[in-house]
Amino acid sequence: MLTVRNLHARVAGREILRGINLEIMHGEVHAIMGPNGSGKSTLARVLAGHPEYEVTAGEVTFEGEDLLEMDPEERARAGIFLAFQYPVEIPGVNNAYFLKAALNTVRKQRGLEELDAMEFMTLVRERMKQLDMDESLLSRPVNEGFSGGEKKRNEIFQMAVLEPKLGVLDETDSGLDIDALKVVAGGVNAMRNADRAFLVVTHYQRLLNYIVPDQVHVLTEGRIIRSGGKELALELEEKGYGWLEQPVGG
Amino acid sequence: MSNLDNYQAEFEKARQQRAGEPARIGRVRDEAMRRFLAQGFPTTRHEEWRFTSVAPIAAANFALANGSGAAGETTARPFEIPDVFGAELVFVDGSYAPALSTPGTLPAGVQAGSLSAYAAGRADAIEQHLTQVAPFDRQPFVALNTAFFRDGAYINIPARTVLEKPIHVLFLSSGETRKDEQSSRESRPHFSCPRVLVVLGEQSQAAIVESYAGADGAEYFTNVVTEIVLGDSAVLDHYKLQHESTQAFHVSAVYLKAARSANCTSHSVSLGGALVRNDVIAVLGGEGGQCALNGLYVADGQRHIDNHTTIDHAMPHCDSREIYKGVLADRARGVFNGKIIVRPDAQKTDAKQTNRALLLSEDAQVNSKPELEIFANDVKCTHGAAVGQLDEDAVFYLRSRGIGLAEARRLLIHAFAGDVLNRMALEPIRTAVERVLQRQLARALAA
Repeated sequence: MLTVRNLHARVAGREILRGINLEIMHGEVHAIMGPNGSGKSTLARVLAGHPEYEVTAGEVTFEGEDLLEMDPEERARAGIFLAFQYPVEIPGVNNAYFLKAALNTVRKQRGLEELDAMEFMTLVRERMKQLDMDESLLSRPVNEGFSGGEKKRNEIFQMAVLEPKLGVLDETDSGLDIDALKVVAGGVNAMRNADRAFLVVTHYQRLLNYIVPDQVHVLTEGRIIRSGGKELALELEEKGYGWLEQPVGG
Repeated sequence: MSNLDNYQAEFEKARQQRAGEPARIGRVRDEAMRRFLAQGFPTTRHEEWRFTSVAPIAAANFALANGSGAAGETTARPFEIPDVFGAELVFVDGSYAPALSTPGTLPAGVQAGSLSAYAAGRADAIEQHLTQVAPFDRQPFVALNTAFFRDGAYINIPARTVLEKPIHVLFLSSGETRKDEQSSRESRPHFSCPRVLVVLGEQSQAAIVESYAGADGAEYFTNVVTEIVLGDSAVLDHYKLQHESTQAFHVSAVYLKAARSANCTSHSVSLGGALVRNDVIAVLGGEGGQCALNGLYVADGQRHIDNHTTIDHAMPHCDSREIYKGVLADRARGVFNGKIIVRPDAQKTDAKQTNRALLLSEDAQVNSKPELEIFANDVKCTHGAAVGQLDEDAVFYLRSRGIGLAEARRLLIHAFAGDVLNRMALEPIRTAVERVLQRQLARALAA
């Protein structure tokens, strides 16, 4: 589904990604772990097409298409969803209105009929229930005044409504208490199927107890230095990142 | 011939054509003309006009519109407002157009119609208030209007009368020109000076919509003065919607005088015009009065929109709320000056002012200045001003959900304008404004 080859990217003139290689197949869950500043979030944002990040080398194909040639909205319509580490507050834009506009754009791209208000509300209510979310959040402006946990839940809720092919979760677990973490993980697990893949970016192993990955990659200084099965996450939890890190400059 | 001579000549010509007007108004016109000639057009050396040069108006050779365009009026109406009005008064080039107007059925005692007709009929409220609310001594454009107005709207709501439906006053400019008698090589664009007088008796209530539009691309100059008098406990919801031609000059002044416990909301929406100046002066002249001023302006290209507001708290226990927002694209320029005066008697004043501007390009510019003059000690006055660009993180967030760039920007701009729009109580007006706004944004964002 997703192939990343020798990806280099920089932001504000600083090189963050220094040759990422990654292959994600349909139905797989991959976890990216690594210390702060290793480039985990940069990788997530580059995949979503954040305009501040400049790709300087390498290639990314998604379902056979050149992802790097696509605008952020084209990537979303093609089936990539980024759950933001810091969801943006958008005063004055109604959550339900925004999500309906997004959903219908995505559906149009997939050759599906647009949903009318009734059909949309039915879908949305069902998804909110799964995530134990208060329906009043729908009528509020996007993320405005949401608690940290509500924002993260709202990301997963949007993902559940938009039903992407690839969900990229950027530290969705950070700042969540254990109950909220279970709810969020439950939402992701409910979406797992043979066609859909996930890339879960996290600093801690804890989330991976609930979203069990097929593969774990360790990212430091813009490169994947180790890949393995889910046991690798446990090992990291026990020993820290230090044991893997190669000394810089000898 | 200097341009002031041109106005002098137009004034003499207009005098010959006036008949049936009360002598008092004739005398006021003469005085206003003297004041206009003495002051001339303001320059940027005047503090009130520091950021707005009216040199293009001063330099143009305008001829007073005589209303001849009224017959075959075909000007498009940019605000598609459904028929929700109790009465609609239409003026073309400053003259009343009865054929285009709908007198409607209004409650007994309500007067709504041509100002000059009511003046000829010696309506009491005209004798009492016309030219008394808007001083022209130091306001050259008010002086110019007072000297030249041919007609306009007169609305008088008697005490304790509640208007169920709003009244619409529509000023259209045909864009017709006048052949120059001297040289005949040149056709002169028109200027018109509409005048509006609204008088609300005590405990009366009304919603009044003034709108301004002109033939697309036509060059002309509209110089309007609106005088509004609210009696004790009167309630007014007032809208001024400006969508002149993109080549037009529009200068307006709204003077509001509110008596005890009166409640007045005035919305100013400026979407058209090449060079626009709006003054709103609200005097809270009785205890317990309330006033809300809402403003929204959008400009693209090289257009210039200036909003100057004054809220004068003259008496105690009055509240004022003001919010002005502007969206500027391309090389457009905006000016906002918000003065709040709290006079020594006006204890327990509660005044709040917000103004924000959104710049969509690096070349767009805004000059914004709050001006608080507070002479009482037990008052609450706050103001906030902000100028910014679209939040790029929000744009990316929307795009990352599949919403296209133009749509994302449109959504965010609409959200920015939202809290001004949401203050408009008349839903059909709000919807009509939103529709024009969307069209304009589409144009501004496509550029």
